[in-house]
Amino acid sequence: MEMPEPDATTIARRAAIIGVLKRIVPETSVIAEEEGLRAYECDGLTAYRQLPLIVVLPETTEQISQILKYCNEAEVKIVPRGAGTSLSGGALPLADAITLGLGKLNRILDIDYANRCVTAQPGVTNLAMTQAVESDGYYYAPDPSSQIACTIGGNVAENSGGVHCLKYGLTTNNLLGIEMVLMDGEIIRLGGKHLDSGGYDLMGVVTGSEGLLGVITEVTVRILAKPPAARALLIGFESSEAAGSCVAAIIGAGIIPGGMEMMDRPAIHAVEEFVHAGYPLDVEAILIVELDGPEEEVDFLVGRVDGIARQSGATSVRASRDEAERMLFWAGRKAAFPAVGRISPDYYCMDGTIPRHQLPIVLKRMAEASVRYGLGVANVFHAGDGNLHPLILYDANVPGELEKAEEFGAEILTLCVEVGGVLTGEHGVGVEKRDLMETMFTEIDLKQQQRVKCAFDPGQLLNPGKVFPTLHRCAELGRVHIQGGEMRFPELPRF
Amino acid sequence: MSLRASEIIRPSDSAELELLIGDALENRHSLEIMGAGSKRALGQIMDVDKIVSLSRLTGITLYEPDELVLSARAGTPLAEIEAALAEHDQQLSFEPPDWGALLGSDIPQSIGGVVGGNLAGPRRIQAGAARDHVLGVSMVTGRGEVVKTGGRVVKNVTGYDLCKLITGSYGTLAVATDIILKVLPAGEKVRTVLVTGLDENAAVTAMTEALSSPYDVSAAAFLPENLTGRSAVSYISDALASITAIRVEGPAPSVEARCSALRALLGTHGDVEELHFHNSRKFWQEIGNVTPFAEDAGAVWRVSVPPAAAAEVIQTIQDSADAEFYVDWGGGLVWIRLLNEGDDGGAAKIRGAIKTFSGHATLMRANADIRSQTAVFQPQATALEALNQRVKQGFDPANILNPGRMVLVDRGALDAD
Repeated sequence: MEMPEPDATTIARRAAIIGVLKRIVPETSVIAEEEGLRAYECDGLTAYRQLPLIVVLPETTEQISQILKYCNEAEVKIVPRGAGTSLSGGALPLADAITLGLGKLNRILDIDYANRCVTAQPGVTNLAMTQAVESDGYYYAPDPSSQIACTIGGNVAENSGGVHCLKYGLTTNNLLGIEMVLMDGEIIRLGGKHLDSGGYDLMGVVTGSEGLLGVITEVTVRILAKPPAARALLIGFESSEAAGSCVAAIIGAGIIPGGMEMMDRPAIHAVEEFVHAGYPLDVEAILIVELDGPEEEVDFLVGRVDGIARQSGATSVRASRDEAERMLFWAGRKAAFPAVGRISPDYYCMDGTIPRHQLPIVLKRMAEASVRYGLGVANVFHAGDGNLHPLILYDANVPGELEKAEEFGAEILTLCVEVGGVLTGEHGVGVEKRDLMETMFTEIDLKQQQRVKCAFDPGQLLNPGKVFPTLHRCAELGRVHIQGGEMRFPELPRF
Repeated sequence: MSLRASEIIRPSDSAELELLIGDALENRHSLEIMGAGSKRALGQIMDVDKIVSLSRLTGITLYEPDELVLSARAGTPLAEIEAALAEHDQQLSFEPPDWGALLGSDIPQSIGGVVGGNLAGPRRIQAGAARDHVLGVSMVTGRGEVVKTGGRVVKNVTGYDLCKLITGSYGTLAVATDIILKVLPAGEKVRTVLVTGLDENAAVTAMTEALSSPYDVSAAAFLPENLTGRSAVSYISDALASITAIRVEGPAPSVEARCSALRALLGTHGDVEELHFHNSRKFWQEIGNVTPFAEDAGAVWRVSVPPAAAAEVIQTIQDSADAEFYVDWGGGLVWIRLLNEGDDGGAAKIRGAIKTFSGHATLMRANADIRSQTAVFQPQATALEALNQRVKQGFDPANILNPGRMVLVDRGALDAD
């Protein structure tokens, strides 16, 4: 993975930059010693590490505005960071960039039941959003698996999902408003406690922009009343095809479960050995289907899904009888990553999405590649929306094995695109999938995306080296080409 | 500039459109872009050289019910898509309204127009707007380039979500040629609980209670007594009292259980009635389609505010203007008809009333005189407006696509140019 060449003049100005930052925030909020910087050297994609130039931990929107304004004028790069749980290297530091940590902006600002929303600073964790309203019977729906640690600001930057997003949507569908600081220090508000925008849906494009368009300083999300009941079914199948057709039959019957997860044989065995969730071991795939809603609806749908599963050739169907059993069914799925961590020194978590009917082909070709690379692979799968999480097993202490795992991963993602899917369902592009972007987009597509970047950050100082495989200068992107290559309208204003 | 219908250009594929825009770019011709043309009366008055219609760019190109995905060319009539979905008991869950009667058009709207305007019906509060259901778009930008964004899967965060920018941009950034949509199962059963006789304050309180309950309400509206007579549903028109309506949808046993729970919950506010399938459908179409205001003259505004602010906004407007109103989205959407709108269509009064809240007001219907001097869409703060313009320039640097449709151009400055 190549990152843009660090700018030597910025590195040479380090002491002066530290001086300026210490005038904007308290001295203790500027981290410049190696020991302190070490804590920020990577995010959830731990294979890549880089010490940041400086870390700054502002406490107010005003301070962020001043920092960005200064950096914009002084041409210093910024890498925004929430909790650093990104699995794609979105918060990977750069040698010539300030890492702007938002952890100190960690207050919930407003709980508004009349408008059914919560406003919080970006450093509040995802789980804390739910905890703030749970005693009153509400919750915040998107629940990425890192929800104990990941922040709501990071969720907006990555458009995070979770196991419930087929029914309840991703972050973008649950977001009402944001306050953000543009690279020139300008503070803007998008959305609010109302719905939709009177102009362009800039909030929509900022959501999932991976920290490249601005720094989010406040977030308003909608909250929902907690469903009165939830029950899960644990269903075993002799083949992943049968499990896949069961998923299609459930959706075809007009049922959108609250969660629908699939695990393959290696994942089932790793998990069962670890948490003893009672998963059947004589099957090739299991499905966990959770129905939530009013009691009458849940009971009715559990019956229907049970019937559909049996018709689809399930070898075993168990419906949770109480909350403890439901939690047990989930315990295995939720422990899938650490369980795989127990059977392999390291694992590399992938995140492609495919049209669901392509699952048998993708699993077959993944198994073939697994043999070819000599690396094991376990699959957990958000089955309802086609989002695959293959876990590639490797040992980082064996020279060359990480590179092999990455190559295998790239092959899986390319395969996802080939069968009509996409590179990432919820983890983001970051640095991890940056160089694969051209498998999905043409150069023209990518240039158009970068023109949006130019509208927000013409100096390209925010999180450079992420998402886009090739950087183009905004002046170059602004030119209009017509057939023959002649440049038109040189008199028009450019940014 | 007056334009004859014969001057409408109708490209039959993306390649033709690409040539057309390339040509316009070279010759600095501005283009009015429309899907079928049903919403041409919505937006600022434009001065363009040519009109481009997508009415020949039609057809469903992919529909996989089990995958919850449908793809269609931008000019495809919405009705064709809805009919195909109905065969599989599916729907566009954002419940696109038909504003034809309100805007004085009998042209069936296209999916491109639905997406271009980011339409959303009463189910907005539960299922989102068009923006939440567009998975992918192929387009030709104002640079004359073919660009695609998104994909055909329901979960995707690869690259910037340009679908969001295109949705609701009224054809001012790019011309969509193909649109990929997320589709969902339609509720097997539909029922609406009606509470009669509330004023707007009590109605918003009742709707808030319903929406805060775990009964999965899919729509909540309030129709004051003076408007009930305009409904074709006899339960409503014969009510002789205001109507607060709460809808539930889903499997039969669930709908029945939730309906009785809601009746018990709302019964404390007033008398309770129930609408079943057909009447329910008719009623919510009227709410979404702005049927109460379709027949009569006068400026019509669509005002999006925090739901709990609705009653105060209504009172402020009624204190200073002769106005009719009704409420959708549990308070979050206020429809207003001004009886004497004045030269600005009532913009100062309406936008003044929402100033202290977050929100936006759109002038949905007004004569050309008013629309040539009043901002149809909510004016943005200076920094935000500048950002919007930079985004526009990134897609359409020569300002040839629907120029000035979303932003009021200062004609004086233009003439002096």
